[in-house]
Amino acid sequence: MASSFARILSSKRKVGILSLVGAGSLTVGFFLNREQHVNAGAHVRRIYPASAEYPDLRKHNNCMASHLTPAVYAKLCDKTTPNGYTLDLAIQTGVDNPGHPFIKTVGMVAGDEESYEVFADIFNSVIKERHNGYDPCNMKHPTDLDSSKIRGGQFDVKYVLSSRVRTGRSIRGLSLPPACTRAERREVERVVIDALAGLKGDLAGKYYSLTLMNEQEQQQLIDDHFLFDKPVSPLLTCAGMARDWPDARGIWHNNEKTFLVWVNEEDHTRVISMEKGGNMKRVFERFCKGLQEVERLIQEKGWEFMWNEHLGYILTCPSNLGTGLRAGVHVTLPRLSKDPRFPKILDNLRLQKRGTGGVDTAAVGNTFDISNLDRLGQSEVQLVQTVIDGVNYLIECEKKLERGQDIKIPAPISQFK
Amino acid sequence: MPFGNSHNQLKMKFSSEQEYPDLSKHNNHMAKVLTPALYEKLRSKQTPSGFTLDDVIQTGVDNPGHPFIMTVGCVAGDEETYEVFKELLDPIIQDRHGGYKPTDKHKTDLNPSNLKGGDDLDANYVLSSRVRTGRSICGFCLPPHCSRGERRAVEKLSVEALGALTGDLKGKYYALKNMTEAEQQQLIDDHFLFDKPVSPLLLASGMARDWPDARGIWHNDNKTFLVWVNEEDHLRVISMQKGGNMKEVFNRFCTGLTKIEELFKNKGHAFMWNEHLGYVLTCPSNLGTGLRAGVHVKLPNLSKYRQFEEILKRLRLQKRGTGGVDTAAVGGVFDISNADRLGFSEVELVQMVVDGVKLLIVMEKRLEKGQAVEDLMPAQK
Repeated sequence: MASSFARILSSKRKVGILSLVGAGSLTVGFFLNREQHVNAGAHVRRIYPASAEYPDLRKHNNCMASHLTPAVYAKLCDKTTPNGYTLDLAIQTGVDNPGHPFIKTVGMVAGDEESYEVFADIFNSVIKERHNGYDPCNMKHPTDLDSSKIRGGQFDVKYVLSSRVRTGRSIRGLSLPPACTRAERREVERVVIDALAGLKGDLAGKYYSLTLMNEQEQQQLIDDHFLFDKPVSPLLTCAGMARDWPDARGIWHNNEKTFLVWVNEEDHTRVISMEKGGNMKRVFERFCKGLQEVERLIQEKGWEFMWNEHLGYILTCPSNLGTGLRAGVHVTLPRLSKDPRFPKILDNLRLQKRGTGGVDTAAVGNTFDISNLDRLGQSEVQLVQTVIDGVNYLIECEKKLERGQDIKIPAPISQFK
Repeated sequence: MPFGNSHNQLKMKFSSEQEYPDLSKHNNHMAKVLTPALYEKLRSKQTPSGFTLDDVIQTGVDNPGHPFIMTVGCVAGDEETYEVFKELLDPIIQDRHGGYKPTDKHKTDLNPSNLKGGDDLDANYVLSSRVRTGRSICGFCLPPHCSRGERRAVEKLSVEALGALTGDLKGKYYALKNMTEAEQQQLIDDHFLFDKPVSPLLLASGMARDWPDARGIWHNDNKTFLVWVNEEDHLRVISMQKGGNMKEVFNRFCTGLTKIEELFKNKGHAFMWNEHLGYVLTCPSNLGTGLRAGVHVKLPNLSKYRQFEEILKRLRLQKRGTGGVDTAAVGGVFDISNADRLGFSEVELVQMVVDGVKLLIVMEKRLEKGQAVEDLMPAQK
């Protein structure tokens, strides 16, 4: 067993200590400011003042650019996390990708768990904007993976073609994809596939490493729509997530092809439960069971997921904090989708639509990917219930329109419960 | 990535074996030279500005290469990279530059009067003539590693220096981020505008960070002398004109470069140069002269001749499409330029192009008339 990696504190209550360790390194950094030291700890080499280094964000439209003032930049630009991650590294993707006039991207990433602490002055503002006012300073995020609380969740397959729930998990003590070294990334792979190998019954499965995959395995994974590619989106490549591709990347799935884990893509792990048809309840049950099993298995070996009570599960992109959960269906709504009230209905139900190819794709025919908008501030159970209730409403609307009846825009549901 | 070396300290916690990249599917110069032993030896080092071994090789790790084209697979982050990591870079340089040894000395010769001929390449065949090189400014990190502050300082210094040029070299700077639509279109029409790099070879090394901040194009009023600021190198300097008067192009090139060098020196910043590697640039393939002298030349018959590649090889020339590296030839028109960069002086390389292109045109004319060209086959230079 590799012992050169930082071992995890066994209790989540000790998370605060990691933050203090980070602050200690900042003090060291302060004393070493403006010096070149071959053997230095955390410090930032700086020849130019912050004002000379401040990025030009005048043409930018992303959350980072909205909140990174020269003052905030000056305050944070000399700091590093204990692993050496800097503000400039965190914001590089947002500097390089000004954004789109209509879509507001996040514009920054975390290189490790401590990034959210060390650069809290900018991350908290970004989180607040992205997560509709959620304030990490004084709000707590509820985690609830008890699928028995779900009511309903079995949709009419005349409308719902497939159901899916995804999230991400990070392994505490190892840097995140933008910053991880090759050794850390390989360790993430080792820890995760070791745990997945312990899954049994309907969860038993197999790992396919991207570097070792043969042609047939690759083709099968493509046909199953499981294979992920090297990221091409500049949002991801500019953050450094694609370094050393395809080293230590891979796909694990159970034999029944209903539970899937991506290793070292945009996060340490992306966990997906899915099946054809409308049984969202079962999909979520498997999701919770699988996640809890994996967590138990890694804890047996002394590892933990990154989590804290303000930010929930810690992932690379601030947009995925909290639950990191996207629960969705592919649903056919030929009449409702043409109704001008459709966007408003979705909005009030706190749902979003995407094309069936995922984010950034267009809908094909009348089939949409409908999923929860929110990630942080509500629990997994709450969000999945929101999707179930919402999709039920959409299907009711579709049926009403089929019968020539009129539909109503529902009252907006509250964001933080 | 710029600023310090704290990330490398993290890596040192893990063994060399745990960090060593998987190069089993790679075919580039870096992958040919790097071994686990060499990686172990060099991984703890850094240049004074904090550039590390992994920074040097990242582009080569991320881009395994092409079965037919051998890419370099590493870059320099500053002048000292070539010294601190010489055990990796010297063998790469030797392999890439035809056996150039670590003890060899490179000759710089920017005296255009040493060029013989070159003013009379047949304009019926030679559409345009061009000479380009790069220059790096001492005291600043190179594009893969520089901070925004440094890159802006390079731009400021360059704009000031270029602003002092006079006579037929007098010109104007167009910052990429301040350009108007009209200026942009004009630069595109003139074939002067450079884009944000799309090649993964360049992107993986970090050269495109913060685009288009502190990038720009300067050119003289006559549009015959052009400088790119902060693209793949601090400066890329280009002299060009339509037709076959390579001598005039080279004259202007040398005069302009010499003047620019003086202007930078007056500001306390020499160009990066040493007697072993010549002019120091980001990519090891551009060391020495960093010079590519070339013509766009019509060779529809010769290019179909079975010995075309061999002729070029013997003349120490290379062919590209008229869109530059990685493009295909259109309509029998080729970009023919010197293959070498290091180990020959500027004058020697341009002489090779002038003499070589002259011969190619003679052969083209023979083939046009249906005559043989075997007797004209050159010896290996």
